[in-house]
Amino acid sequence: MDLTSLTVHELSGLLQKREVSSVEAAQAYLNRIASLNARLGAYITVTADEAIEAAKEADKRLLSGASSPLTGVPVSVKDIFCTAGVKTTCASKILERFIPVYDAAVVARLKDAGAVILGKNNMDEFAMGSSTENSAFFPARNPWDLQRVPGGSSGGSASAVAADLSAASVGTDTGGSIRQPASCCGVVGLKPTYGRVSRYGMIAFASSLDQAGPITKDVTDAAIMLKAIAGFDPLDSTSVDLSVPDFPCLLSGGVKGLRLGIPKEYFIEGMDSQVSASVNDALDCLKKEGALIVPITLPHTEYAVSVYYLLATAEASSNLARFDGVKYGLRVGAANLIDMYKKSRAAGFGAEVKRRIMLGTYALSAGYYDAYYKKASEVRALIKRDFDEAFKVCDVIATPTCPTPAFKLGEKTQDPLTMYLSDIFTISCNLAGIPGISMPCGFTKGKLPIGLQLLGRPFDEATILRAAYTFERTAGIGKEKPAL
Amino acid sequence: MPITTKDVMRVADLARLDVNEADAVLYASQLQKILGHVEKLSEVDTLGADDKTAKTAGTRPLREDKAVKGLSQDDALKNAPERSDGCIKVPQIIE
Repeated sequence: MDLTSLTVHELSGLLQKREVSSVEAAQAYLNRIASLNARLGAYITVTADEAIEAAKEADKRLLSGASSPLTGVPVSVKDIFCTAGVKTTCASKILERFIPVYDAAVVARLKDAGAVILGKNNMDEFAMGSSTENSAFFPARNPWDLQRVPGGSSGGSASAVAADLSAASVGTDTGGSIRQPASCCGVVGLKPTYGRVSRYGMIAFASSLDQAGPITKDVTDAAIMLKAIAGFDPLDSTSVDLSVPDFPCLLSGGVKGLRLGIPKEYFIEGMDSQVSASVNDALDCLKKEGALIVPITLPHTEYAVSVYYLLATAEASSNLARFDGVKYGLRVGAANLIDMYKKSRAAGFGAEVKRRIMLGTYALSAGYYDAYYKKASEVRALIKRDFDEAFKVCDVIATPTCPTPAFKLGEKTQDPLTMYLSDIFTISCNLAGIPGISMPCGFTKGKLPIGLQLLGRPFDEATILRAAYTFERTAGIGKEKPAL
Repeated sequence: MPITTKDVMRVADLARLDVNEADAVLYASQLQKILGHVEKLSEVDTLGADDKTAKTAGTRPLREDKAVKGLSQDDALKNAPERSDGCIKVPQIIE
C-alpha cells in the first residue's frame, strides 16, 4: 500500500489500529520528497532526522493510547511559521540563515497533537505573490502541469499536498494565499475567521488580514487540522476567546434548506468558461441536495483589489521595518547605521517585497494618507457591510475561487498589476475577516483543477465545512491524483 | 498626478531602501500604474463609513500587568549578526 496517497483520517485509522507505524509513514513521505522535490520545489527545508525522531515518539504515544487524530501523521508547514532550531526563511534572502528559538503557536499545537513535521514549504517571499515565483530560492511547480504555477503564496504547501509529499500542510492567507493555491492544485484550502487561529510566531505581512489555515487532501482533513490549530492564545491579542467546535463531528447533516448566496459580481465577463461551467455544475449538485439558491449582491466587490493593495502594503511597510540587519537576519556592513539599514534591506529583499514596501510607504506618507490609506479603510468597512447584509438572506456564499485555472510560470511576472488581479475573488473575504474554503469542483479539458469557494459568517467554519463535505461526497470529486 | 523618480527616491529614503537611478525609473512607472488602478476608490461615497479596521467578534483584552519570563540573553543573541560583550553590536550611531 502506498501510505503517501492516504488522507490524514485514512492514515490515522491505520496508525490507531497499529497496522502501520508512524516511522513507516514518515519514511514513505521522506522517500517521496527525495524523489520528487527537485521537480516540484515544494519544500525549502526538509527535516528528515527530526521527523523520524518525532515519528518514534508518536509511535510510543500511539501504543500508550494517549493519541489524537494527528498523532504520527506526517505534515508540513509553510516556511513562514517559526520552528525552534529549524531554519525559517519566509522564502527571503534576508532570513536565509535565521534559526528561531521558539515555535509558532500553530507549530506547537501540531506537535502537541503528535503530528510529525516533515519540513518547511516553499512560498512567495514574505507571502507576497500569487504564484510562488517570488520565492528567493526557487519557484514551486504545479503537480498537474510542471510548466504551470501552483498558485501562491502558499504554493509549496498546495503542491506538496497535491503531490502526496505531505499528508496535510498549514499555510497562511492574507488575500487568498491558502485558497488560490488550493484551487490551482486541486486540493482543499481553508482560511479560518480572523482571530480563530493564533498568529504568534507567524512572520507578519499584513496583520489585520493574515490568518493561518490548513491545506488538505479532503474536507474531513481540513476539519481535523482546523480543530488542532484553532483556539485562543494569550500571546496573540487578536485571537478570539471562543470555544473551538468539534469540526470533524459537524460535517454530516447535509445542506437541506441551506441558503446558498450567489453574488452576481463574481460571475463576470472574462472569466474562463470552463471555470464558470464547473462552478455552476457544483451549485446544481448542492441544489439537488436541498440547498436553496439565493441571488445576492456584494456591490463593492470591484474595489476590493484596490483596497487590499493599499492596506496590505501599508501594513507590510510597517511590519517589515523590523528587518534592518540589527538583531537578526542579513546584515550588509556600512559606516553608519542608516546606510547599514538601507544596504541590508536592499540586498535582502526581492523585487516584489521592495515594490510593496515602497507602495505602502507612499500610501502612508504625509499628504497621501487621507487619499489612500484612510479612504481604503473606509471602503473596507463598506465591503464588510456588504457581507453583513448578504448573510441576512443567505447562510453560505458560493463563488469560483479564481477566474482562471493555474497559469504558466513567467506569464504574469512582468506586470505586477495582472498578478494582483488573479486574487480578485479571494481578497474580499480577508477584508471582511470571514472564513472561506476552496475545494476542487472539476477539471478543465487540459486537466487543470478548478476550485469552488464557499464563504461563511464569522466563526461559522462549521457550516462551510458541512456544505463542502456534502458536495465532496455527492459529486465524488477530489480522488484523482496528478501523474508524476 | 505623475510619480517622478524624485518621489521614488524620497519614499525609498523613508522606507530605508537603497534604490539606484535605474530601479527608481522602473518603480516610478510601476507605482504609477498601480496607483492609477486604485484611483477608482475616489468614486466610492464613503460618507459615514468607519475607517477603523473592520471589526470581528470578540474582545481584545489587555493581559494582566504581570512580568513573564522572556527569552534568555543567550537565545536573544543567537541570531544577531554581530555580538560584543553580551550585546548586539551596530555601527557607530553618535559622532
